[in-house]
Amino acid sequence: MSAARRLLGQPWLWAWLGALAVWLATAAYTDGKGSGEVLSAALTFGAFFVIVALGQMFVITLGPGNVDLSIPACMTLAGTVSMKTMGGAAGMIPLGLALALAIGAAVGVTNFALIRLLRIPPIIATLSASFIFQSAAIWWNRGLRVKPPQPLADFTTAKIAGIPFIAILVIVLALVAHVVLTRTLYGRGVIAIGQNMRAAHLAGIRVERIRAATYILCAALAGLCGFLLAGFSGGAALNMGEEYLLSSIAVVVIGGTSVAGGFANVPGLWGAALFLFLLVTMLNTFGAGAGLRMVLTGLIIIGVIVAASGGTRKT
Amino acid sequence: MTNPSDPIIRLRGVEKSFGAVRALAGVSLDLAPGECFGLVGHNGAGKSTLMNLLSGNLRPDSGSIEIGGQDVTAGYSPQVAVRHGVRCVYQELSLCPNLTVAENARITHPAIAGIGWRRRARALIGEMLDRVFPGHGISTDDVTGDLSIARRQMVEIARAFAVTEAEARVVILDEPTSSLDSVAAGKLLAHVRRYVEGGGTVVLISHLLGEILGTCDRIAVMRDGGVVALDAASGFTRNSLVAAMGSVAETAPAAARGRAALRDSAPKVVEARPARPETLSLAAHKGEVVGLAGLSGQGQTELLVQVFDHAAGTQVGGKVALVAGDRQSDGIFPLWSISQNISIGSLRQFLNGFLLDHDRADAFAEKWKERIGIRTPDVFQPILSLSGGNQQKALFARALGAPADIIVMDDPMRGVDVGTKQEVYAMIRDEAARGRTFLWYTTEMDELRNCDHVYVFREGAIVADLPRAEMTEERVLHASFRADA
Repeated sequence: MSAARRLLGQPWLWAWLGALAVWLATAAYTDGKGSGEVLSAALTFGAFFVIVALGQMFVITLGPGNVDLSIPACMTLAGTVSMKTMGGAAGMIPLGLALALAIGAAVGVTNFALIRLLRIPPIIATLSASFIFQSAAIWWNRGLRVKPPQPLADFTTAKIAGIPFIAILVIVLALVAHVVLTRTLYGRGVIAIGQNMRAAHLAGIRVERIRAATYILCAALAGLCGFLLAGFSGGAALNMGEEYLLSSIAVVVIGGTSVAGGFANVPGLWGAALFLFLLVTMLNTFGAGAGLRMVLTGLIIIGVIVAASGGTRKT
Repeated sequence: MTNPSDPIIRLRGVEKSFGAVRALAGVSLDLAPGECFGLVGHNGAGKSTLMNLLSGNLRPDSGSIEIGGQDVTAGYSPQVAVRHGVRCVYQELSLCPNLTVAENARITHPAIAGIGWRRRARALIGEMLDRVFPGHGISTDDVTGDLSIARRQMVEIARAFAVTEAEARVVILDEPTSSLDSVAAGKLLAHVRRYVEGGGTVVLISHLLGEILGTCDRIAVMRDGGVVALDAASGFTRNSLVAAMGSVAETAPAAARGRAALRDSAPKVVEARPARPETLSLAAHKGEVVGLAGLSGQGQTELLVQVFDHAAGTQVGGKVALVAGDRQSDGIFPLWSISQNISIGSLRQFLNGFLLDHDRADAFAEKWKERIGIRTPDVFQPILSLSGGNQQKALFARALGAPADIIVMDDPMRGVDVGTKQEVYAMIRDEAARGRTFLWYTTEMDELRNCDHVYVFREGAIVADLPRAEMTEERVLHASFRADA
């Protein structure tokens, strides 16, 4: 009884139930045909969502007003610069990866400098900075799509026993993030700051250091995602990050992390990422047009968020 | 029509539990019009719960509430309470920090509406502030969040006494003076007497037994969720009240402790000056308990934060931990358990490599729960399940448990009961004897008697420097006011 109650109280439960429900609905519609492939695709695309959502989760947990809207631009910049530098040469892959992470870190430093030194609210700081990053990406390769090195493309599309390799990699990454969130001084600091920044400072937490680290971490993960996604999709495109703006936030919120900050969980990110992908797949399968698809996606996301809060959402 | 001598409020066998904690175990009380009713008891005795039931914030599990002879138990809510003239000033202040004083007044007085509401709200709250706290120095256009906790408390009190369409027949004051200095507290208590003589009813909850005995007509003592003693105020003495509450009779604060020698022998660990042109500077030596006195909000908190931050121009020789007094905005992490709230101050101790050992942190919190007497079944309960005074104890545990050489305390005894205060004083003296240094901002004279050295603050500056042997209430008060005021 109490075990069942504990399970019902888990914030990630609803995202997973939602993912399961839409997958079953799709499978029922197609009489189970291709539902294995659907799941495999969901794991791959879900993995990309989860990489950026991990960073966004730490940022949102810092408390009201904290959000990183420069994720798409950062992905594009890291993707284009690293693809062009590697120029398709396999030997350059380590350098390309390092470059993508470094660009991410630099983006994070820029974001935090705007927030901290110029005291611009994070929403505006990261959004306006993202125009600069996006323009830098356009200027860097004039809109040309450079193909990734073959080993990178193979790596991002590889499967082990039907499971995409990249999904396994991101599951490990999520486990690490879970430990960081729950068992390190940094994780405790992030959660404390999100509940009450002044109290956190007065309890001896180094607030600004942790905030800086969080924005840098988030942007570095976006850089990593840009690098892998460019490898996966045959090159960096200028609009490759577009759909990651809203979905990075949606995945965090559907996953049961508090938008108001101070409360986060990692398992929900995976559930929510699978849910989002499977939802769109389901609507496609049902033959819904683009307009209806977007309306239903919006409605269903709202429904899951309300269900996840158990109807007791406090304003 | 009700007879004027009939009780205005009648509680019958009211019970309330929060999970495993039984907060009220069948309370029956009558409140008469024109009386000031005192309520005392330890932290967690059920006083605040009782008041939350009266004001409609909580529903009783069983029992009934009558107001003016009418049973209102079913569907009782804050709106119903206000309609019947029951007002409450909460221990945790309930003002909206982003609104001005006048706008906050408007919230509980919906009768102020339409064109010109702002002017009428200003007049309403301004007049009441002038009446209760003459010389308060608050503008009705001040944003509440910018006011000190003492001034916020004044606004809250004035708002409760202000009358628009629903009359104020019963005003409940939950620890109203704990954030006020002695002068403002005196003004409030005088107003309470005037109001009661005009036929109103006041319920006064306080840990300061002197003000309860001096202001109330009748006093009830609560213990473990029940009323254990109820009599006219004249039937109680300080000691009989303390005995009824179930704690050991108060011992007189340790008189001059013969520790003046510390100033000469022990090394100086703190030297700080407020950022004012004309001021003395504050010094603390290792093992001293240094008091920061004066009226509330005269720059004491700012100096403590300066020391905590190791701010430029401040010399601090060691690690600093802080006990917040304004616990909602400076202390509590509301989503966390008691254990997490206590252990956050000393997490480094529980690291195994990079990882936190939660079991060790929980054991540490459990040890402090026992040591400082937090009333809770276990430390995994949410911090908000605790009464205000018990939350304060958790904040004490956080700072005393932290590996700090210097502990700064920002009027930390708000809402803490008499018995616990004595235990915490003893703990502070023990820790000081072991070489820790305390900076203690307090507005209560009894607490200053526990200090080795006292600095008096006025308008942001330090104006007097008194060793324990020279410190008297008169000298502290004298220094607290400008000669020309």
